[in-house]
Amino acid sequence: MAERRLHPFTPLRRAWVPIAATVGILAQQGDRAARWMADLSTPLRLVTLVGVVLVFGVYGFLSWWFTHYAVTDTELRIRTGLLFRRTAHIRLDRLQAVDVTRPLLARLTGVASLRLDVIGTEEKDRLAFLGEKEAVALRAELLARAAGFAPEEAVRLGEAPQRELLRVAPRELAVSLVLSLGVWAALAGGIVAPFFVWWISSSPWAAVVTLLPMLGAVWAATVGRFLTEYDWRVAESPDGLRLDHGMLDRAHETVPPGRVQTVRIVEPLLWRRSDRVRVELAVAGSKNEVLVPVASRAAAYAVIARVLPGVDLAGLSFSGSPDTGSRWVVPVWWKGYALALSPEVFAARHGRLCRRTEIVPHAKVQSVRFTQGPWARARGVADVHVDTGANGTVTARLRAAAEAAQLLHDQAARSHTSRATARPDRWMTSPDPDA
Amino acid sequence: MDTGTKGGTGEPGWVGLPGGLLRLRRTLLAFWCALFAVATGLLLGLLVGPAWAAVGAFWLAAGVWGWVLIGRNWRSWRYAERADDLLISRGVLWREQTVVPYGRMQLVEVTSGPVERRFGLASLQLHTAAAATDARIPGLVPAEAERLRDRLAALGEARSAGL
Repeated sequence: MAERRLHPFTPLRRAWVPIAATVGILAQQGDRAARWMADLSTPLRLVTLVGVVLVFGVYGFLSWWFTHYAVTDTELRIRTGLLFRRTAHIRLDRLQAVDVTRPLLARLTGVASLRLDVIGTEEKDRLAFLGEKEAVALRAELLARAAGFAPEEAVRLGEAPQRELLRVAPRELAVSLVLSLGVWAALAGGIVAPFFVWWISSSPWAAVVTLLPMLGAVWAATVGRFLTEYDWRVAESPDGLRLDHGMLDRAHETVPPGRVQTVRIVEPLLWRRSDRVRVELAVAGSKNEVLVPVASRAAAYAVIARVLPGVDLAGLSFSGSPDTGSRWVVPVWWKGYALALSPEVFAARHGRLCRRTEIVPHAKVQSVRFTQGPWARARGVADVHVDTGANGTVTARLRAAAEAAQLLHDQAARSHTSRATARPDRWMTSPDPDA
Repeated sequence: MDTGTKGGTGEPGWVGLPGGLLRLRRTLLAFWCALFAVATGLLLGLLVGPAWAAVGAFWLAAGVWGWVLIGRNWRSWRYAERADDLLISRGVLWREQTVVPYGRMQLVEVTSGPVERRFGLASLQLHTAAAATDARIPGLVPAEAERLRDRLAALGEARSAGL
């Protein structure tokens, strides 16, 4: 087992953070710091500056020097810390995804960071920073070993070959953002709220104070989204789906097959005319959410077919809620609720303006719940919830009571019979017809 | 090994809760209601006037209502061990039924607080990989809770599956 160190650029990058923090605190203290600085003579100032840089430089160097990582047959081991030692052993067969991210600054210097998604840990383990080539090679090796290849083979295989499935053109992404009501709502809110505050409080300062967080939200919903979803590519390789995206910060994510808990198809009101959809994912222990930011329905379904093999999405027939009872329990919006069942998946739909269809494979169902409040019982309807491992719950709302009670038992039965045929955690170890 | 209950297994064998939980809750209710009634009665009687002490009776009425509610709620709790999953049903107005397949269980816990121990009770809690799974059986006799825990853990191991 050979222990390796991170890229030598790391200490520089690590030292930057505390230096920037010091500068930030000084700037915030403003005039007090300025007065204090004025009291010092020029050589003393220089000495202070050199001292600060030296202290943090040494900190950065030591933290780099004492960080090692190693890949064994079953684990990735990260050893770090000078005073407080920490050793993390990450089991490769529990690895949900390995992402390579290249923030703007790191891109300029040719390094990348590796994020490891494991179920149950809030704090994601990162290897920051590695050389770009090294990061890609390590990622390939980790995924190959997680898939069950022998170690020598895993190194030899290197980056698995990939085939591009989908690419979102910048123009299409821009049009989709213009057509989404959420963006317009954020914009309208961002413009109206400060004026409203100004009018109420008649103080321009209060307006500015509300404007700043609003601007942040508007930025995230419009330009920020455009920047992260720019040049979105979905490719297929034996170790899973590859997602590449971002204009300034390039991210390179992998979704291993069989780890997807829920697929959500989002159809905003204005997209429905041109039959465009957005596809979101829930993978246990992973932060990745979007699979396809925008695509035609046929293209999106083709990508989903790779994530949920053997599921015929176009063949799902949705049945709505019974109108006699439902209209009194959830007025107007009851029409949006619908449910479809197939031998592979449980699919529930909700929403009228922005229609969302959530699809859970039966094999991913952790528990099934039936709930019914007094008002719903009087109207003869009930809800069925399906809990998945990604801390998500998919709810089929407003089903006829008898149907819901039957659904509870059928769903539980489907979930354990379907699980028996699910693929193993090390997905390359068994003959697999889909791969 | 059984292959599973496919569709109609008929009515599952429901088991209700032993009387201990009912006694515990009613004792606590009676204790707090009596305390509040006396406190309110004394306070108002001394500060405002003797006639106002009757307001304390409000707590007694609330206690009687609570007595009935607790009884109904206790009767609504029941569970069934089926071939492949555990079924828990509860609630009077807000009804809820939970099904947890044995293979999905990550952890089975038996807990017993000081008051519960005094009444000879223990609660069982099942955890799956989904945080939303709300599978808890309160107020079991410790021997039954332990039997259930061991059985569920054994079944869970036999049928365990990944995520």
